[in-house]
Amino acid sequence: MFCEKVIELIRELHRMSDGQLPAFNEDGLRQVLQEMEALYEQNQTDVNEAKSEGRADLIPSIKLRHCCLLRNQRCVTAYCYDRLLRIRSLRWEYGSVLPANVRFHMCAEEVQWFSQYKKSLASFMRSLGGGEGLDLTQDMKPPKSLYIEVRCLKDHGEFEIDDGTVILLKKNSQHFLPRWKCEQLIRQGVLEHVVS
Amino acid sequence: MDTQSYLPLQPGVGMEENFLSLDDILLSHERLPIRTECSFPRLGYLEKSTDAQDIPEGTKMELPLWLSKGLYEKKRRVLSVELPKVYREGWRTVFNADPNVVDLHKMGPYYYGLGSQMLHFDSPENPEIAQTLLQTFIGRFRRNMDSSQNAYNEDTSALVERLDCLEKALFTSGQSGLNGFQSWEKGRASQLTASSLVLNYRKRKMADVPP
Repeated sequence: MFCEKVIELIRELHRMSDGQLPAFNEDGLRQVLQEMEALYEQNQTDVNEAKSEGRADLIPSIKLRHCCLLRNQRCVTAYCYDRLLRIRSLRWEYGSVLPANVRFHMCAEEVQWFSQYKKSLASFMRSLGGGEGLDLTQDMKPPKSLYIEVRCLKDHGEFEIDDGTVILLKKNSQHFLPRWKCEQLIRQGVLEHVVS
Repeated sequence: MDTQSYLPLQPGVGMEENFLSLDDILLSHERLPIRTECSFPRLGYLEKSTDAQDIPEGTKMELPLWLSKGLYEKKRRVLSVELPKVYREGWRTVFNADPNVVDLHKMGPYYYGLGSQMLHFDSPENPEIAQTLLQTFIGRFRRNMDSSQNAYNEDTSALVERLDCLEKALFTSGQSGLNGFQSWEKGRASQLTASSLVLNYRKRKMADVPP
C-alpha cells in the first residue's frame, strides 16, 4: 500500500509526545519523495493515455494515486511543522544556546530556522518596555522575592553575578542568588530551587 | 505545575480533521472494509490476494480512511464503505448495555474519532452510530473524570489502559489539574523547577552511554 513510509515518520514524532526532538529522518523523507515522484509519473502516463485514447476507465486509478500524493504531502508538511513547533519550544526551555546533542538532531534548514527565530524573538524583546527591552523568558512564574536560595546539582564552574562577585558553583553547595540570574540554570537542571 | 512550551496541535472536533495534527493523521490511517464499485486498472498489486493487473469491480478489501474519504463520492459510486465490526448492530448492543466494561483501547484506539468520521459515508445506520457514540462517552465519562481527579501519586497505567485516545487526553488534563492544585496547596507552586524536557533529555543521554 502507498503512504506507509510517511506514517513511520509521523509515528516517530508521535511516540515522543513530551516534545523531544528525534533525529531528522532524512532517509525516510527521501523515500517518501521518491514514492511521490513515482506516483506522479504513473499518473502522468495514465492521464496522457486517458486523454489521447479516451480511456475514461483509467480515471479511478488516477484519482487514487492523486489521493496518495495529497496524503503524502499532508504528512510531510505535518512532519516538518511539528518539528518546528518542537524546535521553537527548545528556545524557551534551553535558552538561546542549544546543547550539542540536541542540535545534532536538526537538519541544516532547521538550524537556520532556529537562528532566525532567535533573532526575531530577540529583536521583539528589545523593542518592548519603552526601548529598554524585556526578557520574556524570565519570570515565567510570578516572583515573590528578588533573591532565592539555590543548591547546585552538579559542578558548573565559576558564575558571575551583577555586582561583579564571582562564585563557584560546586556540587551540593548552597547559595543565595538574584532570582533572575539563576532562573535559566534552574530550568536547565544545574541548580535546584530550595523552598523552606 | 508542569508548564510545557511544546503544545502539539489538537485533533479536530467531530467530523472535522485538523490538517496538520499528528493524532488526526494517525486516526485517518485506520483501515476500513470497503467494496469497489468500479474497476481500478493497473493497480492490481495493491490487492495481495490476486495476481491480476487490475482491481476488478466488486472486490472486497481494506483501505485506510483517508483514501476511502478521498475516493468516496455521493453521486458517482466508486466504492462503498462497510461498517467496521465495532460500529455494527451487534457491538452497539454491547456498548449500550454497559459502556464501562468494554476495552476501547483494544477496539480503537480511536473509537470516537473513527466513529465520527464514519458519518462522512452515507449509511442508513448513521443516526444510531452517532447515538451510541454519545451514550458510550456519557456512560464512561463519570468514571473517567472521577479517577483522573482522585488518583494522586499512584500508578495510573491500570486506569488508562482501557481508555480511548480522546478519553486518555481528558484523563491527562485532569491529572495535570490535580497535580497543579496539590502543589499549590503545599505551597510549591512558586518553586522554580527544571524543565521536564531537559530532564527527559538527560535520562536518555544517560541510557545512551555504553557501560
